[in-house]
Amino acid sequence: MPAVSKGDGMRGLAVFISDIRNCKSKEAEIKRINKELANIRSKFKGDKALDGYSKKKYVCKLLFIFLLGHDIDFGHMEAVNLLSSNKYTEKQIGYLFISVLVNSNSELIRLINNGIKNDLASRNPTFMNLALHCIANVGSREMAEAFAGDIPKILVAGDTMDSVKQSAALCLLRLYRTSPDLVPMGEWTSRVVHLLNDQHLGVVTAATSLITTLAQKNPEEFKTSVSLAVSRLSRIVTSASTDLQDYTYYFVPAPWLSVKLLRLLQCYPPPEDAAVRGRLTECLETILNKAQEPPKSKKVQHSNAKNAVLFEAISLIIHHDSEPNLLVRACNQLGQFLQHRETNLRYLALESMCTLASSEFSHEAVKTHIETVIGALKTERDVSVRQRAVDLLYAMCDRSNAQQIVAEMLNYLETADYSIREEIVLKVAILAEKYAVDYTWYVDTILNLIRIAGDYVSEEVWYRVIQIVINREDVQGYAAKTVFEALQAPACHENLVKVGGYILGEFGNLIAGDRRSSPLIQFNLLHSKFHLCSVPTRALLLSTYIKFVNLFPEIKTTIQDVLRSDSQLRNADVELQQRAVEYLRLSCIASTDILATVLEEMPPFPERESSILAKLKKKKGPGMVSEIEETKKERNVEMNGSTEPATNASTVSTPSPSTDLLGIESTAVFNSVPLNSTGGSLLVDVFSENSAPVATLASAAEENFSSSSDLTSPDNNIDDPATAVHVSHDDDDDVDELSDTFVCKNNGVLFENQLLQIGLKSEFRQNLGRMYVFYGNKTSTQFLSFSSNVICQDGLKSQLNIQTKPVDPTVEGGAQVQQILNIECVSDFTEAPVLNIQFRYGGTLQNVSVKLPVTLNKFFQPTEMTSQDFFQRWKQLSNPQQEVQKIFKAKHPMDTEVTKAKIIGFGVALLDGVDPNPSNFVGAGVIHTKTIQVGCLLRLEPNTQAQMYRLTLRTSRDTVSQRLCGLLSEQF
Amino acid sequence: MRFMLLFSRQGKLRLQKWYTATSEREKKKMVRELMQVVLARKPKMCSFLEWRDLKIVYKRYASLYFCCAVEDQDNELITLEVIHRFVELLDKYFGSVCELDIIFNFEKAYFILDEFLMGGEIQDTSKKSVLKAIEQADLLQEVWEKIENLAKILETLALFIKQ
Repeated sequence: MPAVSKGDGMRGLAVFISDIRNCKSKEAEIKRINKELANIRSKFKGDKALDGYSKKKYVCKLLFIFLLGHDIDFGHMEAVNLLSSNKYTEKQIGYLFISVLVNSNSELIRLINNGIKNDLASRNPTFMNLALHCIANVGSREMAEAFAGDIPKILVAGDTMDSVKQSAALCLLRLYRTSPDLVPMGEWTSRVVHLLNDQHLGVVTAATSLITTLAQKNPEEFKTSVSLAVSRLSRIVTSASTDLQDYTYYFVPAPWLSVKLLRLLQCYPPPEDAAVRGRLTECLETILNKAQEPPKSKKVQHSNAKNAVLFEAISLIIHHDSEPNLLVRACNQLGQFLQHRETNLRYLALESMCTLASSEFSHEAVKTHIETVIGALKTERDVSVRQRAVDLLYAMCDRSNAQQIVAEMLNYLETADYSIREEIVLKVAILAEKYAVDYTWYVDTILNLIRIAGDYVSEEVWYRVIQIVINREDVQGYAAKTVFEALQAPACHENLVKVGGYILGEFGNLIAGDRRSSPLIQFNLLHSKFHLCSVPTRALLLSTYIKFVNLFPEIKTTIQDVLRSDSQLRNADVELQQRAVEYLRLSCIASTDILATVLEEMPPFPERESSILAKLKKKKGPGMVSEIEETKKERNVEMNGSTEPATNASTVSTPSPSTDLLGIESTAVFNSVPLNSTGGSLLVDVFSENSAPVATLASAAEENFSSSSDLTSPDNNIDDPATAVHVSHDDDDDVDELSDTFVCKNNGVLFENQLLQIGLKSEFRQNLGRMYVFYGNKTSTQFLSFSSNVICQDGLKSQLNIQTKPVDPTVEGGAQVQQILNIECVSDFTEAPVLNIQFRYGGTLQNVSVKLPVTLNKFFQPTEMTSQDFFQRWKQLSNPQQEVQKIFKAKHPMDTEVTKAKIIGFGVALLDGVDPNPSNFVGAGVIHTKTIQVGCLLRLEPNTQAQMYRLTLRTSRDTVSQRLCGLLSEQF
Repeated sequence: MRFMLLFSRQGKLRLQKWYTATSEREKKKMVRELMQVVLARKPKMCSFLEWRDLKIVYKRYASLYFCCAVEDQDNELITLEVIHRFVELLDKYFGSVCELDIIFNFEKAYFILDEFLMGGEIQDTSKKSVLKAIEQADLLQEVWEKIENLAKILETLALFIKQ
């Protein structure tokens, strides 16, 4: 036991801690703890009132036990009692226990709040500080509700002690982070800004933290802080190292405050006032100059503090992005750090340069360091530094150095740490695509990627190479030749087999003229890999084989023999078996013409967002977004600008809101046939109807082909909620309940807060829908890194397909951007998809999630019918599960016209004269989904006297009845 | 700052301070994971790393690792000096601090940290101000103890006089 026991020693506690430390095993420790817990419990329950000291000691022991990782379920009351002690250390332990172990027991919260209130009112600064610390430590919403109103008053009161002011400022900051809505801006804000002028540097430091956080969300309110912060900063950077006494840290004047002031200035654009702006530029220049001066101390603390200020100044320079001179100087300074012997500085320089690379003023200056960065990639011993080097290479890449950078990254990939391989693969794939002048280079690069790091090549990457090869005629022959050669390797990665299979199936004919790659050789080569591959790859290869039947009639019999073999026709896997059966049948029955149509070359892919970018974005978090979006813009122009989506046979006649290759549109033709479950019978059906639905068949074959590879699976666009990075932000808006207002109408404002307004316009036809989402920036400042995703949770994913295109990452102040969602209803559903929006506003990440009003009734088609028909069908749906009835109270005035409008808005036809009672409403409609159609009849009986309704719904599916009833009954 | 951890070379957690609401289960998981990552790092490696969506800044002092999790836009170097200043404060208070001091006087370590950082932001960077606050509290305690002792003596005296 150490001798130190300043203030108060608690002998019993020290003995207990020693005992625990002496325990030889976990069991012994638990035994000792249980003994102690029993002891404390008996003391607390005992008749004898405990004195303050004992209470403190036992509470402290409980705390110790809790911090060891054990559960504590008593002692809270005793801790609360300690709050009312007059003895400082007893009070202190009480507060500590509560800060660490508070639970939301409401009874206790009231008592705690009482204790805090008393101490806040005590005018004893040490007690006030304890209370403020406790509020900040707990930081719960309840605390905010109780105290958010009082703390600003304490903060700006003239007679508050400095130390209390500091605590009050940070306490308020914490509450604002938890519950910004409970901290209303007001008259106090201007007085807080003036704390920047306070004489006490501790007060200024605390106030700067508070103002920075508040200013991020209320920039207008705190605009005046800019000039005050600049003058404060200027006084600090020009002061001699001894001027600030205790606030000088290893010869650096007030480094913490300097960093915070520079951070505050990053909430704003460059100052408009020329004098302020000039003064700030001077400050930044001084900071850059100081970096060149010889160090005043050899201690690492000196250089760390000095460079902390320097890096923050560089961040501000980058943020302003307006002074080319400063940007280039910053870049040169970072260039020096790239070769510094301190690993920390090299790391930070690489990181900081990444952002400099995106500025037009400094991009070229950053590029001059390429050799050093490549050197870092090869020589750094710390993987986190190497990762920064990869990031920087990615950021500095442009047309002039793409080949070199991609080559270096591929080189590095051979030995790269497993933890960062996938990311490097994504980056290489993106760069290769973005800067491909010559697409043969692109194809080579991707095949190299697969060769070097096949396991890390995600589906997105190889989907993309196929999309590009299919869309670019000039590279198809080369691609076929190259994959053919790559497949010669005795052991090649399965991803290569997939790419090879797909490309040869499409373009194998382009190289078939060469004897060395004749059809039979191609087929044998692919088939030699077949048995080593997984089921999905084999499925893909089977599709390749049937494509070969069309491309190379001379090897038809060989392929038919393979398909006919027991290992295919009787394969245990149902998908493989089905394909073998269908393809074999197709090859036997269909004429050459039909085969040629069915197995036609894949049409060019419609222009779509590279899913690789989305993947990288997901991996890297929102910080990378701007860079990525930039990539995207350029890519659209370079690559896909010329490739207009071609219309293929099946899509010509059906105008549709969707541009998806899967051919959602074509489903209308056979929408009554469940495609997946009875694919086999589908083919037979098609044949029995002769040649009429050729287009349908073609699209069905396509469907099969692409469903095996999932090239266009909607999942690519929809973030998996399980893996999506959840950026937790203290004032995260929870997902609002699905708004009832959109059930019966399609347009309106979906969401609105101080920053953002989301408007909707939507149209639905059969099982398809299109929704226009409008994002309006209500502020005068840009939103950066703006992104929005639609998330279909769990089961909904298979019931609803939603495709989106990313929106521009920057939303200017006052501007509105539009996003289009294409929606396909696959089967009936209950949950609503969630629209998740993220953006940076003044440096803070904002996160908004709202439920999208895509409800089942949107897929209604109204059905007019006679009274007789109606009742006949009504009777047919007499199974008890098919009917759902609800009696409920009217929430709105019972107006016949409004009710009629709502029922029509709900999507059904309003049938007049069907019900004998004219005050009742009767409606009929059909819900269209991709898999089934569900007829629906409804009857609404108002009772004006009781102000009640009775709603009855009958449909052929119980889930549909229930969902529709739930939706409609909320409307009246 | 999101949280600060102190743990030993052997992976024993000595102090934890959380500045955002986190469930106990999540805390335990994060501590376990992060300790593993940090303890696996070699001496000359850089003091910063990316972990989940956070930046980790850590430094080893003798047998103890001091480890802070900060947000993306926070300054790494100044965080490193936050750690150093905290070590200096502990050192000054305990007089050449060692791991045992923090084990046996864990509550003091928490009090010192609270005086220095609040809600994850630095409250005062002046060593004097922070220590003054702590010592004032100790002083208050001593005064109280003296008064109590005095009261006890008086009581005993009174008893004697009665007898």
